[in-house]
Amino acid sequence: MAKAKFDVPELKEEVDVPAIQEGVMAHLAPFVAAKDHQTDLNFPPELVDDWHQKTLEKMDDLRKRYRSFQVFLDSCVKCGSCTDKCHYFLGTADPKNMPVARQDLLRKVYRRYFTFAGKYFPKLVGAKDLTRETLDEWYSYYHQCSQCRRCSVFCPYGIDTAEISMAAREILDSVGYGQKYCNEIIAKVFKIGNNLGLPGPALADTLEGLEDDVFDETGIEVKYPMDQKGAEILLITPSADFFAEPHVDGLIGYGKVFHEAGVSWTLSSYASEAANFGMFIGSYENMRRVSRRIRKAALDLGVKRIVFGECGHAWRVAYSFLNTLAGPFDFLDPDYPVPQHILEFTWDQIQKGNLKLDKSANDDMTLTFHDSCNVARATRMGDRPGGQLEIPRNVIKAVCNNYVDMDKDTIGEKTFCCGGGGGLLTDDLMEIRVKGALPRMTALKNVMEEEGVTHMAAICAICKSQFTKVLPYYGMDMDQIVSVHQLVSNAIVLTGQKPGDDGEEAAAEEAATGEAAPEVEV
Amino acid sequence: MAIEVNGKTLETDEEGYLVNLNDWVPEVAEIMAKEDGLELTPEHWDIINFLREYYEEYQIAPAVRVLTKAVGKKLGKEKGNSKYLYALFPYGPGKQACRFAGLPKPTGCI
Repeated sequence: MAKAKFDVPELKEEVDVPAIQEGVMAHLAPFVAAKDHQTDLNFPPELVDDWHQKTLEKMDDLRKRYRSFQVFLDSCVKCGSCTDKCHYFLGTADPKNMPVARQDLLRKVYRRYFTFAGKYFPKLVGAKDLTRETLDEWYSYYHQCSQCRRCSVFCPYGIDTAEISMAAREILDSVGYGQKYCNEIIAKVFKIGNNLGLPGPALADTLEGLEDDVFDETGIEVKYPMDQKGAEILLITPSADFFAEPHVDGLIGYGKVFHEAGVSWTLSSYASEAANFGMFIGSYENMRRVSRRIRKAALDLGVKRIVFGECGHAWRVAYSFLNTLAGPFDFLDPDYPVPQHILEFTWDQIQKGNLKLDKSANDDMTLTFHDSCNVARATRMGDRPGGQLEIPRNVIKAVCNNYVDMDKDTIGEKTFCCGGGGGLLTDDLMEIRVKGALPRMTALKNVMEEEGVTHMAAICAICKSQFTKVLPYYGMDMDQIVSVHQLVSNAIVLTGQKPGDDGEEAAAEEAATGEAAPEVEV
Repeated sequence: MAIEVNGKTLETDEEGYLVNLNDWVPEVAEIMAKEDGLELTPEHWDIINFLREYYEEYQIAPAVRVLTKAVGKKLGKEKGNSKYLYALFPYGPGKQACRFAGLPKPTGCI
């Protein structure tokens, strides 16, 4: 594994609240977006000359557009509840990574220009002039926030730092100071249909390969259809599910569940992405543009239901905002949730007894579950409060014999971010990603040592990729992170599949039919 | 940023990926590998060549599973896994090998 160019925090039994180290993360900022990535999103190509005026105009626009934003800027009483709740503060000791201090970066400018006291007595109320350095400071520290909203759980006023961080990024984008990672990716969604830039033929090739693999493994023809008009369900899943591991093992699992449920389903090459980075940059317009692709695909394909795959922030956008952004969905079947999460679908099938499950297939693992921040704190599943926390665990327990939760203060609505959410999953931010993973790594290490946990399951593409990368920094193994539907996939015994069926029998069958999997030349 | 190859200056992005795909010559891979402290073996070249061929057909690097499967078929099942690829390309087959092959960096939730 890559050697770190920074100190990796040492894992102890508990995460200590660190003594502050002023400015220790001030050097870190992500790469700035190229001109064409900015203009693809209708932002200025580079920092505009009248940035001072434009920044204040945008701030004024946002406080009028979003009442919550102004309330959050006005209502902080500096009680200190949030200070030790942020994984980035705990991992870096930089006081500007305390949520209150992060908010204050914007608040001090807001006070200076938009409040009576700040206009006339700035020193008394911590109001500061907007300078060129202010923008750099925003750019640095608002890209050290994963918008996970853990701090807001502890804030007595419910101040949501994520919303302030989104507003800051929206202001920066609007003056031509955007982040490469997010903006390049959003532009790819508009041009190609997904974050990865996978064109239709590459998707088709990948899906065909999965069909071969599942057939080789089980002897059953499970289909992974794309652009199939008239299918009942449109599956919207993160493009990492086609590309990366362990994500793809989850996608294999979704297909097996649909197969056994006997429903017709399809992916769309046009809307081949669940993720919506428009939310990370606080851009309503871009979030809407990405969402509308899903509506168009659903209409074009004539589906009756939309199901979302394992993606954390996508589920927030889908569950909380999709109807506003891209509704009304009156053309979908009202008997099902619009949209539905794949875990709701699978849990329903399990409860109905439609899936034959062999839990012992996962006996080589002892599992724990990482709640993804956006799912845990911004959405729901099922028809009861807390369903978004229960249903993933119910599914895991239905397919695995060995399951243990991590420390209760690090899961559920108090879950710690993986460290790579909110548009931070990029190599140029590796230092904050590794340091921010400290609380989760600590909790995981503890259940490994005390309970014999071997693997951690997740339901978010970002979490899975982030852990794959950061586990080795902490002396753990990259394959310890698994997809929840990978566990489902392992346990499902497909109808007609003989127990203990493996590649050899499938190969024998293949020889009998004379059809061989296509050769891939290396 | 840029790298010097055969007396020519080739433009790269902030992370060292070639800006123009057509600038690539085998020496690019050799030079980039050297900078990363790696000596390219025929095993590395199998992967680099496969990445380039796949890219030519699909305008994207192959998915991890496509790559491991192809390697497994050519070099034997025990090598058809991510561990083998990470052993060859410690910074990740997707990212490091793509850079050596002159392909753009895969982006997204990976």
